Amino acid sequence: MKQVKDFIIIENISINSSYSKLILSPADGAILPVILPGQFVQVAVEAPDVFLRRPISINDVDRESNTLTLLVRNAGRGTAALIGMNAGEKLNILLPLGNGFTTECKAGSRLLLIGGGVGVAPLLYLGRELKAKGHHPEFLLGARSAGDLLSLDEFRSIGPVHICTEDGSEGIKGLVTTHPTLSESYEHYYCCGPAPMMKAIASIAYKNGTNCEVSLENMMACGLGACLCCVEKTVKGNVCVCTEGPVFNIESLTWNQ
Amino acid sequence: MANLSVNIGKLQLSNPVMTASGTFGYGEEFTPFIDINRLGAYIIKGTTLNHREGNDYPRMVETPSGMLNAVGLQNKGVDYFIEHIYPRICSLGSKLIVNVSGANVDDYAETARRLHGLDDVSAIEVNISCPNVKEGGMAFGTTTNGAAEVTRAVRQAYPDKTLIVKLSPNVTSIADIAKAVEAEGADSVSLINTLMGMSIDVERRKPHLSTVTGGLSGPAVRPVAVRMVWQVAKAVSIPVIGLGGIMNGRDAIEFMLAGATAVEIGTANFIDPAVTMKVIDFMEDYCIRHGINDINEIVGCI
Repeated sequence: MKQVKDFIIIENISINSSYSKLILSPADGAILPVILPGQFVQVAVEAPDVFLRRPISINDVDRESNTLTLLVRNAGRGTAALIGMNAGEKLNILLPLGNGFTTECKAGSRLLLIGGGVGVAPLLYLGRELKAKGHHPEFLLGARSAGDLLSLDEFRSIGPVHICTEDGSEGIKGLVTTHPTLSESYEHYYCCGPAPMMKAIASIAYKNGTNCEVSLENMMACGLGACLCCVEKTVKGNVCVCTEGPVFNIESLTWNQ
Repeated sequence: MANLSVNIGKLQLSNPVMTASGTFGYGEEFTPFIDINRLGAYIIKGTTLNHREGNDYPRMVETPSGMLNAVGLQNKGVDYFIEHIYPRICSLGSKLIVNVSGANVDDYAETARRLHGLDDVSAIEVNISCPNVKEGGMAFGTTTNGAAEVTRAVRQAYPDKTLIVKLSPNVTSIADIAKAVEAEGADSVSLINTLMGMSIDVERRKPHLSTVTGGLSGPAVRPVAVRMVWQVAKAVSIPVIGLGGIMNGRDAIEFMLAGATAVEIGTANFIDPAVTMKVIDFMEDYCIRHGINDINEIVGCI
């Protein structure tokens, strides 16, 4: 059930000047609602010139500590204010939003989770859930340079990690779409990152017939399917990314037309 | 407790708080957060005769104290609404008002006619002020003749129930348009729709919206809206519904003091889906604090 709740920032782990991990817990001590990998939250940011909530994907959920983690990239006024917040401060959050990735696959499936930049955020929680269901998730992560690769240790604790950097400072030099692991056989691709990257991965999947889901981040106002601003063209016409997505099977999109 | 009920045409609302079309979906999107039944009324998405895909993405951009949108009346058409959506939402509670838009006068009239027979549609709000569609929409709302022509046709097609006409602020004299609409039998006018605006991404050197221009909403437009409500309320004798950047109860009362009998909450629903309930709470408290027995006492009392 969607809800609006105050959360306390338990910890703000600054990764570098551009990224922070916010670990949050409900201020009233209530148990976190059911959250599916790939779902997102809308955060109210109290800062000058910030009017609308900011949609942020859910990076991780820890039921034991009753916390959820947001991986935030400084991408403008709202997110800059967010990564500057301190432990103990409150955030008003609308959650859980959107549909989430498919986690029902053939038993023991080999799966590839492909992330670029801050798009790796939802893949951590997704990887944990897929592993918990007995599947074999692998990660293919891309970044500009080694310093922009996020949460590598956590990804490695879940499954094999393949890396590409644009400057070659770690892993294979080049874009994720050039990585040799893409010539191997996977049951399913899960992809989140910049639009050109997702489209390139989708075109590979269209060709080799791999089932492929992408997570879109179209600009939105409400996150509830009311404003109709975040639409994506699909085979059913324009649909809201916030309610019909953010995760779409590429077969429902019009990217190969 | 003070009386909060107000009358708009033949409609009696339990309180002056409504939701603005295009910001509240079909109401069902908000049931996790509010008790719809507590609203005076709720106005749902703009409905047209035929299916509309709306404009291309991107459709919105945040602006200082507001946002620009260019949705372009995306909806599945009135027949789909009657067959698939209305049965789902007619029992949500409160009073359901359908916002109607069209590309030409006949479209407006035919859409209104098809809605007339629905028992649980309490009223229609005719949108002659959408800045985001090329044909029709705002074109009708920017001249007294155009506004009168649409109102006359819809009044004939929708004779027995309450007819509200939503006015555009993108005009020289909104009071003249309101008078023209009143003369053709509108039961009420609501204002303001969005102000036409534009925003450019200076790094990419491109407009933020696919349509270049869009409709500005949010607190940025509120002083303009309050002024227009004040002007229109003095010019007509039908009730005025005020909207434009209402974020809380204080803002809602401001519109009522300027002459609005009721208010619509729009963009604020995007930020706080429970804002409407807080506005009603504020009104109750305001009446107690100010010794008001009937909220109608404050309408236009400045």
